Amino acid sequence: MNTQSSAMPGPSRDSQINESRVMAPAAVAATRPFYSSVRRELWENPSIYIAPLAVAGLTLLGYLIASLGRALSTSDLAQRRAVLEEPFTFAMGVMMTTAIIVGIFYSLDALHGERRDRSILFWKSLPVSDLTTVLSKASIPLVLLPVLTFGIVVATELIMLALGSVVLLVSGLNVATIWTSAFQMSLLLLYRLVTVHVLWHAPIYGWLLLVSGWARRAAFLWAALPWLAICAVEKIAFNTWRFAAMLGQRFTGGPEAIPGVDSFFDPVTKLTPWRFLSSPGLWIGLVVAAAFLAAAVRLRRYQGPI
Amino acid sequence: MTVIEAHGLRKAFGKTIALDGVNLRVDEGRILGLIGPNGAGKSTALNAILGLTQYQGELRVLGRNPWDERDQLMRDVCFIADVAVLPRWMRVSQSLDYVAGVHPRFDREKAEGLLAKTDIKRGSKIRELSKGMVTQLHLALVMAIDARLLVLDEPTLGLDILYRKQFYDSLLNDYFDRTRTILLTTHQVEDVQNVITDLMFINHGRILLNCSMEEFESRYLEVSVRPEHVAAARTLKPIHERQVLGRSILLFDGLNRQQLGALGDVRTPSIADLFVALMGNHQGKPAEETRGTGR
Repeated sequence: MNTQSSAMPGPSRDSQINESRVMAPAAVAATRPFYSSVRRELWENPSIYIAPLAVAGLTLLGYLIASLGRALSTSDLAQRRAVLEEPFTFAMGVMMTTAIIVGIFYSLDALHGERRDRSILFWKSLPVSDLTTVLSKASIPLVLLPVLTFGIVVATELIMLALGSVVLLVSGLNVATIWTSAFQMSLLLLYRLVTVHVLWHAPIYGWLLLVSGWARRAAFLWAALPWLAICAVEKIAFNTWRFAAMLGQRFTGGPEAIPGVDSFFDPVTKLTPWRFLSSPGLWIGLVVAAAFLAAAVRLRRYQGPI
Repeated sequence: MTVIEAHGLRKAFGKTIALDGVNLRVDEGRILGLIGPNGAGKSTALNAILGLTQYQGELRVLGRNPWDERDQLMRDVCFIADVAVLPRWMRVSQSLDYVAGVHPRFDREKAEGLLAKTDIKRGSKIRELSKGMVTQLHLALVMAIDARLLVLDEPTLGLDILYRKQFYDSLLNDYFDRTRTILLTTHQVEDVQNVITDLMFINHGRILLNCSMEEFESRYLEVSVRPEHVAAARTLKPIHERQVLGRSILLFDGLNRQQLGALGDVRTPSIADLFVALMGNHQGKPAEETRGTGR
């Protein structure tokens, strides 16, 4: 067996050869399981990209029909400009909201669906650690969706800009302002996605993933009711809404996220990233998010089909 | 080399004891059939070996602690838990891509080759495949992994006889090479009588019998006793007696073939018959599916 096995890398069981075979692929393919796991999430949940794309498509259609139509039907040039610029903030907001909704529903099902359909037994039969699995699932709302949202919003708004510019040029109006503000808007969007959607919302997604890995059924109720209960108890016991205010701040992004910026047409110089980075709420939230994710990793070890 | 070694393996679910101090040793190159009635502790034992459940006692699989090192262990261990676990939303091609992406020992070409022998289309979703095809796919994925231990928990449940035969033929011809080890549980014991090299009966979390098939064949003999010899045969302490078409079939443990030949036709019993005999003697009721398989 020894002579044979040294000649052939086939199915030999020589212990030394086994050692080397264990080591080699581990070193090479450390990130491959993670990449494959993320790809698998996209296969299972095409809504992650279909939903934002569909909303982007509808937005473009709406802009094409309503805004351009309205702009052309008015003869007042100032109003025409306003009509063309107005929908940008709204379009961006709709697409960001879509990303949040998709992220919430995805996270609530991420560690629940695999137990419900028993496929967890298949996933666990492969050399993918619980850490890799949970991180790959967490990366969907925390990395992939924000990146995707940014890309889709920028692409959508570029098309809207091109269409709007044509109308403005035909009307003999200046297009420079609309393009500079669109550029600013993209920067603001990026800032908001990183600060609010990723860093500020991280504990929310961590919590949702933990509940989806823990609840046997009705994951949504388990995710929402404890917080409502705390609010209710606080209200009854102390007649205050502090906890509810704290939750509200967590959802809206808090005052730190984009202070003083009312619309995406406001200048980037109004941003105060240092104030955001020095707010305790940010760091407490990140620590809590890490704790939730660590608990979800630990929990998955014990979980099987439900 | 020892692939699985367990000492005093225990597992309780509340007051139900699923494993009651199991000692187990499986060497490389063996095909062990773990046979027992429903609720005997088979699946619990397999889950412990696969790192899916916690346990008390000592357990080493390929030198690793399965509970603490599941993901590492799964580089060398494959398992098919039952036919329903492949994700139904996945496409066949995606399942190949995914396993290729996460498993360093997966040979995609081999899997493609195995699938080419079936009617499974690459673009089909798993939910569109028949039960037999899902098993074929799972087996193709698993056989393309160069693993050292393969664990099969009721792999052929709900399949017709053709698929079952094909499954074990494929396993023996295209996969097993005496350096791999297979651990399987099934209720369809007649399917595996000529597949396994070792036999283990388990009931109420305890091991009732643990022997190689050679031992099984030399130790247990079944005699279809001629009517005039029945009384004499009974004095030899058969471990089980049943009536088939008016003849008494007696099962003996540890008697020699020549001695028994004088009483009637001697043959090796089926695993199912021995199972019924031993389960009947050990308080537990004989399992339904193994009853009445005598010829």
